[in-house]
Amino acid sequence: MLDRARRTLVRLGHNFIDNVWRVGAMTRFFFILMVASGTSLRRFRLVMREVYFTGVLSLIIIVVSGLFVGMVLGLQGFETLQTYGAQDSVGVLVALSLLRELGPVVAALLFASRAGSAITAEIGLMKATEQLTAMDMMAVSPMARVIAPRFWAGVISMPLLAAIFSAMGIFGGYLVAVVMIGVDNGTFWSQMQAAVDFRYDVMNGVVKSIVFGIAVTVIATFEGFDAPPTAEGVSGATTRTVVSSSLAILSLDLVLTALMLRGDY
Amino acid sequence: MNLVEIDAVNFGYGRRPVLEGISMRVPRGKVVAIMGGSGCGKTTLLRLIGGQLRPGKGAIRVDGKVVHELDRDGLYALRRRMSMLFQFGALFTDMTVFDNVAFPLREHAGISEEMVRDLVLMKLEAVGLRGAHNLMPSELSGGMARRVALARAVVMDPMLVMYDEPFAGLDPISMSVVGSLIRRLNDALGATSIIVTHDVVESMQIVDYLYFVAEGRVVGEGTPQQIRETQLPVVHQFVHGETDGPVPFHYPAPSYDEDVGLAAARAEAAHA
Repeated sequence: MLDRARRTLVRLGHNFIDNVWRVGAMTRFFFILMVASGTSLRRFRLVMREVYFTGVLSLIIIVVSGLFVGMVLGLQGFETLQTYGAQDSVGVLVALSLLRELGPVVAALLFASRAGSAITAEIGLMKATEQLTAMDMMAVSPMARVIAPRFWAGVISMPLLAAIFSAMGIFGGYLVAVVMIGVDNGTFWSQMQAAVDFRYDVMNGVVKSIVFGIAVTVIATFEGFDAPPTAEGVSGATTRTVVSSSLAILSLDLVLTALMLRGDY
Repeated sequence: MNLVEIDAVNFGYGRRPVLEGISMRVPRGKVVAIMGGSGCGKTTLLRLIGGQLRPGKGAIRVDGKVVHELDRDGLYALRRRMSMLFQFGALFTDMTVFDNVAFPLREHAGISEEMVRDLVLMKLEAVGLRGAHNLMPSELSGGMARRVALARAVVMDPMLVMYDEPFAGLDPISMSVVGSLIRRLNDALGATSIIVTHDVVESMQIVDYLYFVAEGRVVGEGTPQQIRETQLPVVHQFVHGETDGPVPFHYPAPSYDEDVGLAAARAEAAHA
Protein backbone atom coordinates (compact mmCIF):
# COMPACT_ATOMS: atom_id res chain seq x y z
CA MET A 1 0.00 0.00 0.00
CA LEU A 2 2.74 2.42 1.11
CA ASP A 3 4.90 1.26 -1.76
CA ARG A 4 2.10 1.88 -4.26
CA ALA A 5 1.55 5.42 -2.90
CA ARG A 6 5.28 6.08 -3.12
CA ARG A 7 5.37 4.89 -6.75
CA THR A 8 2.37 7.10 -7.61
CA LEU A 9 4.07 10.07 -5.96
CA VAL A 10 7.30 9.39 -7.86
CA ARG A 11 5.38 9.14 -11.15
CA LEU A 12 3.51 12.39 -10.45
CA GLY A 13 6.80 14.08 -9.57
CA HIS A 14 8.40 12.86 -12.80
CA ASN A 15 5.42 14.05 -14.84
CA PHE A 16 5.53 17.45 -13.15
CA ILE A 17 9.28 17.86 -13.77
CA ASP A 18 8.80 16.71 -17.39
CA ASN A 19 6.06 19.25 -17.97
CA VAL A 20 8.03 22.10 -16.37
CA TRP A 21 10.97 21.10 -18.56
CA ARG A 22 8.77 21.14 -21.67
CA VAL A 23 7.39 24.58 -20.86
CA GLY A 24 10.99 25.82 -20.45
CA ALA A 25 12.05 24.17 -23.69
CA MET A 26 9.07 25.68 -25.53
CA THR A 27 9.88 29.16 -24.19
CA ARG A 28 13.48 28.80 -25.33
CA PHE A 29 12.24 27.50 -28.70
CA PHE A 30 9.99 30.58 -29.02
CA PHE A 31 12.91 32.98 -28.42
CA ILE A 32 15.13 31.17 -30.93
CA LEU A 33 12.20 31.30 -33.35
CA MET A 34 11.92 35.07 -32.90
CA VAL A 35 15.66 35.50 -33.55
CA ALA A 36 15.43 33.33 -36.69
CA SER A 37 12.33 35.16 -37.96
CA GLY A 38 14.28 38.03 -39.51
CA THR A 39 15.58 35.82 -42.31
CA SER A 40 12.10 34.38 -43.03
CA LEU A 41 10.40 37.77 -43.09
CA ARG A 42 13.02 39.10 -45.49
CA ARG A 43 12.21 36.15 -47.77
CA PHE A 44 8.46 36.64 -47.56
CA ARG A 45 7.85 34.23 -50.45
CA LEU A 46 8.55 31.36 -48.01
CA VAL A 47 5.90 32.67 -45.62
CA MET A 48 3.35 33.14 -48.42
CA ARG A 49 3.87 29.56 -49.54
CA GLU A 50 3.02 28.37 -46.04
CA VAL A 51 0.03 30.73 -45.85
CA TYR A 52 -1.32 28.77 -48.80
CA PHE A 53 -0.81 25.40 -47.08
CA THR A 54 -2.05 26.41 -43.63
CA GLY A 55 -4.55 29.13 -44.51
CA VAL A 56 -5.96 28.65 -47.98
CA LEU A 57 -6.26 24.88 -47.64
CA SER A 58 -8.15 25.33 -44.34
CA LEU A 59 -10.76 27.53 -46.04
CA ILE A 60 -13.24 24.77 -46.87
CA ILE A 61 -13.61 23.54 -43.30
CA ILE A 62 -13.74 27.12 -41.97
CA VAL A 63 -16.37 28.27 -44.49
CA VAL A 64 -18.62 25.23 -44.04
CA SER A 65 -18.32 25.19 -40.23
CA GLY A 66 -18.92 28.94 -40.02
CA LEU A 67 -22.06 28.63 -42.10
CA PHE A 68 -23.49 25.83 -39.97
CA VAL A 69 -22.58 27.47 -36.65
CA GLY A 70 -24.28 30.70 -37.83
CA MET A 71 -27.39 28.82 -38.93
CA VAL A 72 -27.65 27.01 -35.59
CA LEU A 73 -27.16 30.33 -33.75
CA GLY A 74 -29.91 31.85 -35.85
CA LEU A 75 -32.33 29.04 -34.99
CA GLN A 76 -31.48 28.86 -31.29
CA GLY A 77 -31.35 32.64 -30.98
CA PHE A 78 -34.72 33.13 -32.61
CA GLU A 79 -36.28 30.44 -30.41
CA THR A 80 -34.96 32.01 -27.20
CA LEU A 81 -35.53 35.66 -28.13
CA GLN A 82 -39.07 34.92 -29.24
CA THR A 83 -39.93 34.11 -25.60
CA TYR A 84 -39.19 37.75 -24.72
CA GLY A 85 -40.63 39.17 -27.95
CA ALA A 86 -37.16 40.27 -29.02
CA GLN A 87 -36.85 38.09 -32.11
CA ASP A 88 -35.85 41.10 -34.22
CA SER A 89 -32.56 41.21 -32.29
CA VAL A 90 -31.50 37.80 -33.61
CA GLY A 91 -28.95 39.48 -35.94
CA VAL A 92 -27.28 41.18 -32.98
CA LEU A 93 -27.10 37.91 -31.07
CA VAL A 94 -25.56 36.06 -34.01
CA ALA A 95 -23.04 38.81 -34.79
CA LEU A 96 -21.88 39.42 -31.22
CA SER A 97 -21.59 35.70 -30.41
CA LEU A 98 -19.50 35.15 -33.50
CA LEU A 99 -17.30 38.25 -33.41
CA ARG A 100 -16.52 38.12 -29.69
CA GLU A 101 -16.27 34.41 -29.01
CA LEU A 102 -17.26 31.75 -31.50
CA GLY A 103 -15.41 33.18 -34.50
CA PRO A 104 -11.95 33.33 -32.92
CA VAL A 105 -12.38 30.26 -30.67
CA VAL A 106 -14.02 27.77 -33.06
CA ALA A 107 -11.87 28.90 -36.01
CA ALA A 108 -8.77 28.43 -33.83
CA LEU A 109 -9.93 24.96 -32.69
CA LEU A 110 -10.54 23.98 -36.33
CA PHE A 111 -7.20 25.51 -37.35
CA ALA A 112 -5.42 23.51 -34.63
CA SER A 113 -6.96 20.24 -35.83
CA ARG A 114 -6.59 20.92 -39.55
CA ALA A 115 -3.36 22.92 -39.92
CA GLY A 116 -1.65 22.51 -36.51
CA SER A 117 -1.65 18.72 -36.73
CA ALA A 118 -0.37 18.89 -40.33
CA ILE A 119 2.48 21.23 -39.32
CA THR A 120 3.53 18.91 -36.47
CA ALA A 121 3.37 15.79 -38.63
CA GLU A 122 5.31 17.42 -41.46
CA ILE A 123 8.09 18.80 -39.23
CA GLY A 124 8.21 15.55 -37.23
CA LEU A 125 8.60 13.49 -40.39
CA MET A 126 11.21 15.89 -41.76
CA LYS A 127 13.14 15.32 -38.56
CA ALA A 128 12.65 11.53 -38.66
CA THR A 129 13.91 11.35 -42.26
CA GLU A 130 16.93 13.53 -41.42
CA GLN A 131 15.78 16.38 -43.69
CA LEU A 132 16.27 18.94 -40.91
CA THR A 133 19.74 17.57 -40.11
CA ALA A 134 20.61 17.63 -43.83
CA MET A 135 19.53 21.27 -44.02
CA ASP A 136 21.60 22.14 -40.96
CA MET A 137 24.60 20.35 -42.49
CA MET A 138 24.15 22.53 -45.60
CA ALA A 139 24.59 25.59 -43.35
CA VAL A 140 20.89 26.45 -43.69
CA SER A 141 19.16 27.00 -40.36
CA PRO A 142 16.03 24.78 -40.15
CA MET A 143 14.66 27.29 -37.66
CA ALA A 144 14.79 30.10 -40.24
CA ARG A 145 13.94 28.01 -43.32
CA VAL A 146 11.30 25.58 -42.01
CA ILE A 147 9.97 26.63 -38.61
CA ALA A 148 9.73 30.44 -38.80
CA PRO A 149 7.82 30.60 -42.14
CA ARG A 150 5.24 28.14 -40.77
CA PHE A 151 4.93 30.15 -37.57
CA TRP A 152 4.36 33.49 -39.34
CA ALA A 153 2.00 31.87 -41.82
CA GLY A 154 -0.12 30.67 -38.89
CA VAL A 155 -0.07 34.10 -37.24
CA ILE A 156 -1.18 35.73 -40.51
CA SER A 157 -3.77 33.08 -41.44
CA MET A 158 -5.53 32.78 -38.10
CA PRO A 159 -7.21 36.24 -37.90
CA LEU A 160 -8.17 36.01 -41.57
CA LEU A 161 -9.73 32.58 -41.08
CA ALA A 162 -11.55 33.79 -37.95
CA ALA A 163 -12.91 36.77 -39.91
CA ILE A 164 -14.10 34.49 -42.71
CA PHE A 165 -15.64 32.14 -40.13
CA SER A 166 -17.56 35.03 -38.53
CA ALA A 167 -18.66 36.43 -41.90
CA MET A 168 -19.95 33.03 -43.00
CA GLY A 169 -21.66 32.58 -39.62
CA ILE A 170 -23.47 35.90 -39.95
CA PHE A 171 -24.50 34.90 -43.46
CA GLY A 172 -25.78 31.57 -42.07
CA GLY A 173 -27.74 33.43 -39.39
CA TYR A 174 -29.21 35.68 -42.08
CA LEU A 175 -30.27 32.66 -44.16
CA VAL A 176 -32.12 31.11 -41.23
CA ALA A 177 -33.58 34.24 -39.61
CA VAL A 178 -34.44 36.35 -42.64
CA VAL A 179 -34.80 33.96 -45.57
CA MET A 180 -36.29 30.96 -43.78
CA ILE A 181 -38.12 32.36 -40.72
CA GLY A 182 -38.99 35.76 -42.12
CA VAL A 183 -37.42 38.26 -39.70
CA ASP A 184 -37.41 41.69 -41.32
CA ASN A 185 -34.33 42.17 -43.47
CA GLY A 186 -33.80 45.84 -42.59
CA THR A 187 -34.24 45.24 -38.85
CA PHE A 188 -31.81 42.29 -38.92
CA TRP A 189 -28.96 44.34 -40.41
CA SER A 190 -29.68 47.75 -38.84
CA GLN A 191 -29.88 46.35 -35.29
CA MET A 192 -26.61 44.52 -35.90
CA GLN A 193 -24.98 47.68 -37.23
CA ALA A 194 -26.15 49.68 -34.21
CA ALA A 195 -25.10 47.13 -31.59
CA VAL A 196 -21.71 45.99 -32.87
CA ASP A 197 -18.83 48.22 -31.81
CA PHE A 198 -15.81 48.10 -34.12
CA ARG A 199 -13.09 48.50 -31.51
CA TYR A 200 -14.71 46.64 -28.66
CA ASP A 201 -16.27 43.73 -30.54
CA VAL A 202 -14.45 43.38 -33.85
CA MET A 203 -10.91 44.37 -32.84
CA ASN A 204 -10.99 42.37 -29.60
CA GLY A 205 -11.97 39.34 -31.66
CA VAL A 206 -9.05 40.01 -33.99
CA VAL A 207 -6.64 40.34 -31.04
CA LYS A 208 -7.93 37.03 -29.67
CA SER A 209 -7.42 35.26 -32.98
CA ILE A 210 -3.86 36.62 -33.31
CA VAL A 211 -3.04 35.33 -29.81
CA PHE A 212 -4.61 31.95 -30.66
CA GLY A 213 -2.65 31.87 -33.92
CA ILE A 214 0.62 32.41 -32.03
CA ALA A 215 -0.28 29.77 -29.41
CA VAL A 216 -1.35 27.10 -31.93
CA THR A 217 1.61 27.51 -34.27
CA VAL A 218 4.21 27.67 -31.48
CA ILE A 219 2.77 24.46 -30.01
CA ALA A 220 2.53 22.78 -33.44
CA THR A 221 6.05 23.68 -34.56
CA PHE A 222 7.58 22.87 -31.15
CA GLU A 223 5.88 19.47 -30.96
CA GLY A 224 7.07 18.62 -34.49
CA PHE A 225 10.62 19.80 -33.79
CA ASP A 226 10.73 17.95 -30.47
CA ALA A 227 9.09 14.72 -31.71
CA PRO A 228 11.12 11.53 -31.27
CA PRO A 229 12.14 10.44 -34.79
CA THR A 230 9.88 7.38 -34.91
CA ALA A 231 6.37 6.65 -36.23
CA GLU A 232 5.11 6.46 -32.64
CA GLY A 233 6.91 9.69 -31.75
CA VAL A 234 5.36 11.65 -34.62
CA SER A 235 1.88 10.29 -33.94
CA GLY A 236 2.19 11.18 -30.22
CA ALA A 237 3.40 14.69 -31.09
CA THR A 238 0.46 15.23 -33.46
CA THR A 239 -1.99 14.19 -30.76
CA ARG A 240 -0.27 16.46 -28.22
CA THR A 241 -0.53 19.37 -30.65
CA VAL A 242 -4.31 19.04 -30.95
CA VAL A 243 -4.86 18.49 -27.22
CA SER A 244 -2.46 21.19 -25.98
CA SER A 245 -3.62 23.72 -28.60
CA SER A 246 -7.28 23.19 -27.73
CA LEU A 247 -6.61 23.62 -24.01
CA ALA A 248 -4.42 26.65 -24.68
CA ILE A 249 -7.11 28.25 -26.86
CA LEU A 250 -9.85 27.74 -24.28
CA SER A 251 -7.79 28.91 -21.31
CA LEU A 252 -6.36 31.91 -23.17
CA ASP A 253 -9.90 32.80 -24.25
CA LEU A 254 -10.97 33.01 -20.61
CA VAL A 255 -7.99 35.19 -19.70
CA LEU A 256 -8.41 37.48 -22.73
CA THR A 257 -12.17 37.83 -22.25
CA ALA A 258 -11.60 38.79 -18.59
CA LEU A 259 -9.01 41.38 -19.62
CA MET A 260 -11.17 42.79 -22.40
CA LEU A 261 -14.41 43.26 -20.44
CA ARG A 262 -15.19 46.94 -20.03
CA GLY A 263 -17.90 46.67 -17.37
CA ASP A 264 -17.29 47.59 -13.71
CA TYR A 265 -17.67 44.62 -11.40
CA MET B 1 48.73 17.50 -45.67
CA ASN B 2 45.65 16.23 -43.80
CA LEU B 3 42.24 17.78 -44.30
CA VAL B 4 40.70 16.07 -41.27
CA GLU B 5 42.55 15.23 -38.08
CA ILE B 6 40.89 13.44 -35.20
CA ASP B 7 42.95 13.47 -32.01
CA ALA B 8 42.18 11.23 -29.04
CA VAL B 9 38.44 11.93 -29.18
CA ASN B 10 36.09 10.62 -26.48
CA PHE B 11 32.34 10.77 -26.88
CA GLY B 12 29.37 9.17 -25.18
CA TYR B 13 25.59 9.37 -25.24
CA GLY B 14 24.69 9.95 -21.59
CA ARG B 15 26.71 7.47 -19.56
CA ARG B 16 27.23 5.11 -22.50
CA PRO B 17 30.67 5.68 -24.03
CA VAL B 18 30.73 5.36 -27.83
CA LEU B 19 34.20 6.58 -28.81
CA GLU B 20 37.19 6.17 -26.50
CA GLY B 21 40.36 7.98 -27.47
CA ILE B 22 39.93 7.57 -31.22
CA SER B 23 42.49 9.13 -33.60
CA MET B 24 42.48 9.31 -37.40
CA ARG B 25 43.99 11.25 -40.28
CA VAL B 26 42.28 11.92 -43.60
CA PRO B 27 44.72 13.27 -46.24
CA ARG B 28 43.51 15.77 -48.84
CA GLY B 29 42.26 14.34 -52.10
CA LYS B 30 41.85 10.79 -50.75
CA VAL B 31 38.84 8.56 -50.26
CA VAL B 32 38.98 7.07 -46.77
CA ALA B 33 36.59 4.47 -45.38
CA ILE B 34 35.65 4.07 -41.74
CA MET B 35 34.40 0.52 -41.22
CA GLY B 36 33.00 -1.37 -38.32
CA GLY B 37 29.95 -3.22 -37.08
CA SER B 38 26.60 -1.58 -36.51
CA GLY B 39 26.56 0.68 -33.45
CA CYS B 40 30.36 1.01 -33.19
CA GLY B 41 30.21 4.81 -33.48
CA LYS B 42 30.91 5.35 -37.20
CA THR B 43 28.01 7.71 -37.85
CA THR B 44 28.74 9.49 -34.54
CA LEU B 45 32.22 10.17 -35.89
CA LEU B 46 30.75 11.85 -39.00
CA ARG B 47 28.46 13.96 -36.84
CA LEU B 48 31.46 15.03 -34.76
CA ILE B 49 33.37 16.03 -37.90
CA GLY B 50 30.32 18.00 -39.11
CA GLY B 51 30.03 19.78 -35.76
CA GLN B 52 26.59 18.38 -34.93
CA LEU B 53 28.01 16.80 -31.78
CA ARG B 54 30.76 18.00 -29.45
CA PRO B 55 33.48 15.62 -28.28
CA GLY B 56 33.80 14.99 -24.53
CA LYS B 57 37.60 15.02 -24.84
CA GLY B 58 40.10 15.52 -27.64
CA ALA B 59 39.71 17.64 -30.78
CA ILE B 60 38.68 17.33 -34.41
CA ARG B 61 40.36 19.64 -36.92
CA VAL B 62 38.93 20.23 -40.37
CA ASP B 63 41.10 22.33 -42.66
CA GLY B 64 43.10 23.41 -39.61
CA LYS B 65 40.08 24.57 -37.58
CA VAL B 66 39.00 22.90 -34.34
CA VAL B 67 35.35 22.18 -35.13
CA HIS B 68 33.88 22.31 -31.62
CA GLU B 69 35.55 25.65 -30.86
CA LEU B 70 33.85 27.42 -33.78
CA ASP B 71 30.90 29.71 -33.13
CA ARG B 72 27.69 29.28 -35.14
CA ASP B 73 28.78 31.55 -37.99
CA GLY B 74 32.19 29.89 -38.15
CA LEU B 75 30.61 26.46 -38.16
CA TYR B 76 28.16 27.40 -40.92
CA ALA B 77 31.05 28.91 -42.95
CA LEU B 78 32.90 25.59 -42.62
CA ARG B 79 29.80 23.56 -43.45
CA ARG B 80 29.38 25.48 -46.71
CA ARG B 81 32.64 23.85 -47.77
CA MET B 82 31.67 20.34 -46.68
CA SER B 83 28.68 18.17 -47.37
CA MET B 84 27.14 14.96 -46.18
CA LEU B 85 25.26 12.20 -47.94
CA PHE B 86 22.78 10.70 -45.51
CA GLN B 87 21.99 7.02 -45.28
CA PHE B 88 18.63 7.31 -47.03
CA GLY B 89 19.37 10.47 -48.98
CA ALA B 90 17.37 12.86 -46.77
CA LEU B 91 15.91 14.51 -49.87
CA PHE B 92 13.36 17.25 -49.21
CA THR B 93 10.11 15.49 -49.96
CA ASP B 94 8.18 18.64 -50.86
CA MET B 95 10.60 19.57 -53.66
CA THR B 96 11.34 18.07 -57.07
CA VAL B 97 14.69 16.45 -57.85
CA PHE B 98 15.77 19.68 -59.55
CA ASP B 99 14.84 21.87 -56.57
CA ASN B 100 16.56 19.49 -54.18
CA VAL B 101 19.85 19.76 -56.05
CA ALA B 102 19.39 23.52 -56.54
CA PHE B 103 18.68 24.07 -52.82
CA PRO B 104 22.26 24.77 -51.60
CA LEU B 105 22.94 26.99 -54.64
CA ARG B 106 19.80 29.08 -54.10
CA GLU B 107 20.54 29.41 -50.38
CA HIS B 108 24.22 30.28 -50.60
CA ALA B 109 25.61 30.93 -54.04
CA GLY B 110 23.66 34.09 -54.93
CA ILE B 111 23.76 33.31 -58.66
CA SER B 112 21.16 33.80 -61.38
CA GLU B 113 18.43 31.22 -61.94
CA GLU B 114 19.87 30.45 -65.41
CA MET B 115 23.21 29.58 -63.87
CA VAL B 116 21.49 27.51 -61.15
CA ARG B 117 19.73 25.56 -63.91
CA ASP B 118 22.98 24.91 -65.79
CA LEU B 119 24.84 23.78 -62.68
CA VAL B 120 22.01 21.54 -61.48
CA LEU B 121 21.62 19.85 -64.85
CA MET B 122 25.40 19.39 -65.02
CA LYS B 123 25.46 17.60 -61.66
CA LEU B 124 22.37 15.56 -62.50
CA GLU B 125 24.02 14.55 -65.79
CA ALA B 126 27.07 13.41 -63.80
CA VAL B 127 24.90 11.04 -61.74
CA GLY B 128 22.89 9.97 -64.81
CA LEU B 129 19.57 11.48 -63.69
CA ARG B 130 19.19 14.63 -65.79
CA GLY B 131 16.07 13.08 -67.28
CA ALA B 132 14.52 12.70 -63.82
CA HIS B 133 14.83 16.34 -62.79
CA ASN B 134 11.06 16.90 -62.71
CA LEU B 135 10.27 13.86 -60.54
CA MET B 136 9.38 14.06 -56.87
CA PRO B 137 11.50 12.09 -54.34
CA SER B 138 8.57 9.71 -53.74
CA GLU B 139 8.79 8.65 -57.42
CA LEU B 140 12.44 7.59 -57.15
CA SER B 141 13.89 4.17 -56.35
CA GLY B 142 16.31 3.88 -53.41
CA GLY B 143 19.33 3.91 -55.75
CA MET B 144 18.06 6.92 -57.69
CA ALA B 145 17.35 8.84 -54.48
CA ARG B 146 20.91 8.15 -53.31
CA ARG B 147 22.29 9.45 -56.63
CA VAL B 148 20.16 12.63 -56.43
CA ALA B 149 21.42 13.13 -52.87
CA LEU B 150 24.94 12.65 -54.21
CA ALA B 151 24.37 15.34 -56.87
CA ARG B 152 23.04 17.66 -54.14
CA ALA B 153 26.04 16.88 -51.92
CA VAL B 154 28.56 17.91 -54.60
CA VAL B 155 26.65 20.79 -56.20
CA MET B 156 28.65 23.40 -54.25
CA ASP B 157 31.96 21.68 -55.14
CA PRO B 158 32.81 20.97 -51.47
CA MET B 159 36.30 20.30 -50.16
CA LEU B 160 35.03 17.42 -48.01
CA VAL B 161 32.19 14.98 -48.69
CA MET B 162 31.04 12.61 -45.96
CA TYR B 163 29.02 9.53 -46.87
CA ASP B 164 26.93 7.77 -44.24
CA GLU B 165 26.34 4.17 -45.33
CA PRO B 166 26.06 5.04 -49.05
CA PHE B 167 25.58 1.39 -50.05
CA ALA B 168 22.94 0.40 -47.48
CA GLY B 169 19.86 -1.23 -48.99
CA LEU B 170 20.97 -0.98 -52.63
CA ASP B 171 20.88 -3.69 -55.28
CA PRO B 172 24.30 -4.78 -56.69
CA ILE B 173 24.00 -2.59 -59.81
CA SER B 174 23.05 0.56 -57.88
CA MET B 175 25.81 -0.24 -55.40
CA SER B 176 28.46 -0.32 -58.15
CA VAL B 177 27.03 2.85 -59.71
CA VAL B 178 27.12 4.75 -56.40
CA GLY B 179 30.59 3.38 -55.60
CA SER B 180 32.13 4.43 -58.90
CA LEU B 181 30.37 7.83 -58.71
CA ILE B 182 31.88 8.50 -55.28
CA ARG B 183 35.37 7.81 -56.64
CA ARG B 184 34.90 9.69 -59.92
CA LEU B 185 33.31 12.75 -58.33
CA ASN B 186 36.01 12.89 -55.64
CA ASP B 187 38.76 12.88 -58.25
CA ALA B 188 36.98 15.24 -60.66
CA LEU B 189 36.22 17.82 -57.94
CA GLY B 190 39.57 17.48 -56.18
CA ALA B 191 37.59 16.81 -53.00
CA THR B 192 38.30 14.55 -50.02
CA SER B 193 35.82 11.84 -49.09
CA ILE B 194 35.07 9.93 -45.92
CA ILE B 195 32.83 6.90 -46.31
CA VAL B 196 31.27 5.30 -43.29
CA THR B 197 30.20 1.83 -44.27
CA HIS B 198 30.08 -1.82 -43.36
CA ASP B 199 30.17 -2.93 -46.99
CA VAL B 200 33.60 -4.50 -47.27
CA VAL B 201 33.62 -5.63 -50.91
CA GLU B 202 32.31 -2.44 -52.48
CA SER B 203 34.38 -0.02 -50.45
CA MET B 204 37.63 -1.99 -50.91
CA GLN B 205 37.38 -1.27 -54.63
CA ILE B 206 37.13 2.51 -54.39
CA VAL B 207 38.95 3.71 -51.27
CA ASP B 208 42.59 4.67 -50.71
CA TYR B 209 42.73 3.89 -47.02
CA LEU B 210 40.57 2.15 -44.40
CA TYR B 211 40.10 2.46 -40.67
CA PHE B 212 38.43 -0.30 -38.68
CA VAL B 213 36.57 0.81 -35.58
CA ALA B 214 35.40 -1.51 -32.81
CA GLU B 215 34.38 -0.70 -29.25
CA GLY B 216 35.08 2.99 -29.79
CA ARG B 217 38.69 2.57 -30.93
CA VAL B 218 40.61 2.13 -34.16
CA VAL B 219 41.52 -1.56 -34.19
CA GLY B 220 43.08 -1.72 -37.62
CA GLU B 221 44.02 0.50 -40.53
CA GLY B 222 45.75 0.33 -43.87
CA THR B 223 45.36 0.36 -47.63
CA PRO B 224 42.87 -2.13 -49.12
CA GLN B 225 45.76 -4.44 -49.96
CA GLN B 226 47.14 -4.32 -46.39
CA ILE B 227 43.66 -4.94 -44.97
CA ARG B 228 43.14 -8.01 -47.18
CA GLU B 229 46.40 -9.47 -45.92
CA THR B 230 46.05 -8.52 -42.27
CA GLN B 231 46.04 -11.16 -39.55
CA LEU B 232 44.40 -8.93 -36.95
CA PRO B 233 41.53 -11.11 -35.62
CA VAL B 234 38.84 -8.35 -35.53
CA VAL B 235 39.63 -7.10 -39.02
CA HIS B 236 39.95 -10.63 -40.36
CA GLN B 237 36.55 -11.56 -38.91
CA PHE B 238 34.94 -8.44 -40.44
CA VAL B 239 36.55 -8.74 -43.87
CA HIS B 240 35.69 -12.43 -44.16
CA GLY B 241 32.25 -12.12 -42.61
CA GLU B 242 32.77 -14.71 -39.87
CA THR B 243 29.75 -14.94 -37.58
CA ASP B 244 31.68 -15.40 -34.34
CA GLY B 245 35.07 -14.23 -33.16
CA PRO B 246 36.37 -11.17 -31.33
CA VAL B 247 33.04 -9.53 -32.20
CA PRO B 248 30.72 -11.97 -30.42
CA PHE B 249 27.53 -13.33 -31.98
CA HIS B 250 25.63 -12.99 -28.69
CA TYR B 251 24.62 -9.76 -27.02
CA PRO B 252 25.87 -9.85 -23.40
CA ALA B 253 23.36 -11.83 -21.29
CA PRO B 254 23.25 -14.06 -18.18
CA SER B 255 24.00 -17.73 -18.86
CA TYR B 256 21.44 -19.44 -21.08
CA ASP B 257 21.00 -22.29 -18.54
CA GLU B 258 20.09 -19.80 -15.82
CA ASP B 259 17.73 -17.85 -18.04
CA VAL B 260 15.66 -20.86 -19.10
CA GLY B 261 15.78 -22.50 -15.68
CA LEU B 262 18.03 -25.42 -16.69
CA ALA B 263 20.58 -24.75 -13.92
CA ALA B 264 17.97 -25.19 -11.19
CA ALA B 265 16.55 -28.31 -12.85
CA ARG B 266 20.04 -29.83 -13.13
CA ALA B 267 20.78 -29.04 -9.47
CA GLU B 268 17.50 -30.64 -8.44
CA ALA B 269 18.18 -33.71 -10.54
CA ALA B 270 21.68 -34.03 -9.03
CA HIS B 271 20.25 -33.68 -5.52
CA ALA B 272 17.66 -36.39 -6.18
